Amino acid sequence: MFAWMGKILRVNLSEGTAVSEPLNKEYAEKYIGARGLGTKYFVEEVDPGVDPLSPDNKIIFMTGPLTGTFAGSAGRYNVVTKGPLNGTIAASNSGGTFGPELKYAGWDGIIFEGRSPSPVYLSIYNDQVELKPADDLWGQDVFAATDALKAADEEAKVACIGPAGENLVKYACIMNEYHRAAGRSGVGAVMGSKNLKAIVVRGTGGIVVEDPQAFLEAAKDARKKLREHPVSGSGLAAYGTNVLVNILNEHGGLPVRNFSEAAVFPNAEKISGEYQAEHYLVRNKGCFGCTIGCGRVTDIPKGPFKSAGEGPEYEATWTFGANLEIDDFEAICKANFLCNELGLDPITFGGTVSCATEMVDKGIIPRSVADLRWGDGATLVELVTKTAYREGFGDELAEGSYRLAEKYGYPEYSMTVKKQELPAYDPRGQQGIGLNYATSNRGGCHVRGYMTSPEVLGIPEKVDPDATEGKPALLKLFQDLTALVDSAGLCLFVTFGIGLPEISAQMRSATGLDLTDDEFLLAGERVWNMERIFNFKAGFSKADDTLPPRLLNEPMKDGPHKGRVVQLDVMLPEYYKLRGWDEEGVPTPEKLTALGLD
Amino acid sequence: MSKVLFVEPEKCTGCRSCELICSFTHAGEFNPLRSRISVITFEKSGFSFPAVCQQCSVAACMEVCPVKAISVDPATGAKIVNHAVCLRCKMCTIACPFGATFFDEEHDLILKCDLCGGDPECVKQCHGGAISYREAKTANYYKRRETAAKFRDVMEEGR
Repeated sequence: MFAWMGKILRVNLSEGTAVSEPLNKEYAEKYIGARGLGTKYFVEEVDPGVDPLSPDNKIIFMTGPLTGTFAGSAGRYNVVTKGPLNGTIAASNSGGTFGPELKYAGWDGIIFEGRSPSPVYLSIYNDQVELKPADDLWGQDVFAATDALKAADEEAKVACIGPAGENLVKYACIMNEYHRAAGRSGVGAVMGSKNLKAIVVRGTGGIVVEDPQAFLEAAKDARKKLREHPVSGSGLAAYGTNVLVNILNEHGGLPVRNFSEAAVFPNAEKISGEYQAEHYLVRNKGCFGCTIGCGRVTDIPKGPFKSAGEGPEYEATWTFGANLEIDDFEAICKANFLCNELGLDPITFGGTVSCATEMVDKGIIPRSVADLRWGDGATLVELVTKTAYREGFGDELAEGSYRLAEKYGYPEYSMTVKKQELPAYDPRGQQGIGLNYATSNRGGCHVRGYMTSPEVLGIPEKVDPDATEGKPALLKLFQDLTALVDSAGLCLFVTFGIGLPEISAQMRSATGLDLTDDEFLLAGERVWNMERIFNFKAGFSKADDTLPPRLLNEPMKDGPHKGRVVQLDVMLPEYYKLRGWDEEGVPTPEKLTALGLD
Repeated sequence: MSKVLFVEPEKCTGCRSCELICSFTHAGEFNPLRSRISVITFEKSGFSFPAVCQQCSVAACMEVCPVKAISVDPATGAKIVNHAVCLRCKMCTIACPFGATFFDEEHDLILKCDLCGGDPECVKQCHGGAISYREAKTANYYKRRETAAKFRDVMEEGR
């Protein structure tokens, strides 16, 4: 096989075994890699009703065929499992060099099964694979554990969990190379439930593509376009993802106070990418093979929030900033770095704190239980540690905002879809992103169909953010293309500068798959429907394709989108129809046949 | 006049595109270990350094070679390994103070940068501008200007 390595590593943690098996070629050709291929293995092997934190759940690390090649921004891998935060299919995506290194070691992916009786880590040096005791590592934070695991070989790449994953925080993440995260859906808690602390990988092999010259040309073309595009070549490179702070604020879409106020934060400038660059930036950082380099190395040299690390990126900056009305960038950084160190997802953590703060504000949660206030950076920083270790009120925060709000009798204050917290775009200012949130296969999420691209940034062309017309069709295209991008092993950010033709050209020449552009897009649609079917078998239904009532019923209070709510009822039926789903949102038999999913 | 590969680590994002294009150009596959240039990254602090042969004028690799398998490309000044003559004794890899000359065990070859015959591919793929190919005589001149500018700023501030 070309581009794929042709081997999967199957690790049974209950029995302590690790065996090599050939990659299922048929799966690879239909589901490509990473998100799609990992999910295909998962749905074939795991009962959708499985308890996510039980030994019967599996957790799959999967790369894509383009991962580790010269394709533009192809450094990604996906972690596929059933997520403990909300029980949907979880495909959590991360960059850095871990994915490429796994391929250089000769593996497309790793399937973990069962539960180890005691803490272990998996060590991979090419085809030498071994489960090793991790008793000494258990309890260590991400940085300390990574330091220890790299001591023997500085060039090895480490993916691990921190205390949050060990303590089964519902939104614990998996960190690789200290600062990169498979962030969402609580994939780190699944590792924790299996007593799996880390994976250390070192590879010395290479990747061969099917048509080297054609691939080189396609990859160079993609890279050139990425470098020349104003967003992927200039904006993200200059200011990182925090370039979005001022843009979304001016758009009137930067959510404030748990989405309860107008989505305009008066002090946005103080938490912007421009401000970060001027005061705290050490240098720019790129994932493997990336022309964009949106990563930031940031340093807070002194004061109560003295800290250093990578980030914060836009979602974390927003949720700790505007969403909690904190305008102290140093506090935001400290909270973000702590999340990395302890291994939890800032988006869900921030969303949970903002939900709790609103309930305290409204007198639902007594101040004697949690003395939370808007704009209180010091308390936020304390809560990261308390949550990771489940101390005091942190134990309640560790369950996510939905369970917290439900416990106090007000689930409507949880700004979640399918119990996963929403990211940094108020959908009342962007109808399309509202439809995306409602239909995302992993619940509240922006990276399943990034409608901010056309609705705010004007890519590939500007559409009216307040309009509902045309949004279902555009969203379907974005979701399917994103599923392809994620499955190929590419970063979603490539879609700012290149589209289906460039992605397909790289895929074709790398793998030798003789598919048209439309057939590649169809593979993305296949992945989307496969995920949908899993969720429905896991108990989800049309009723879950919705938004928090606030976004449907409470008009935006002020700003450019004053008076707007999300008109989901207008868009959803058309979306189902375009998807070839029945009125209950279930894929029709004809659709399944067309996708080869029957 | 000869040119040099000029490295400015402060501009390196650690993306390793240079390694990918180098290994592909020379070895036909994507394999960082077969790349003649290596980006060394200190992951925790995020500092990256593209390490590559400096084509030393007094080249230890060349001097130590018992069979004169390393010679100077007259066009570029690059030190080139003649694999037909090379004994694989690896003395050059020991002699090189930068580790930039190294042994590819799998293919039984001594590897080092050959400047791609005067048109280095890594330079063309370095989007951060951390690697450039410049006239040796003037490569560093910009640093003098930067220093001068700092001096000017201090003096003008003091006024």
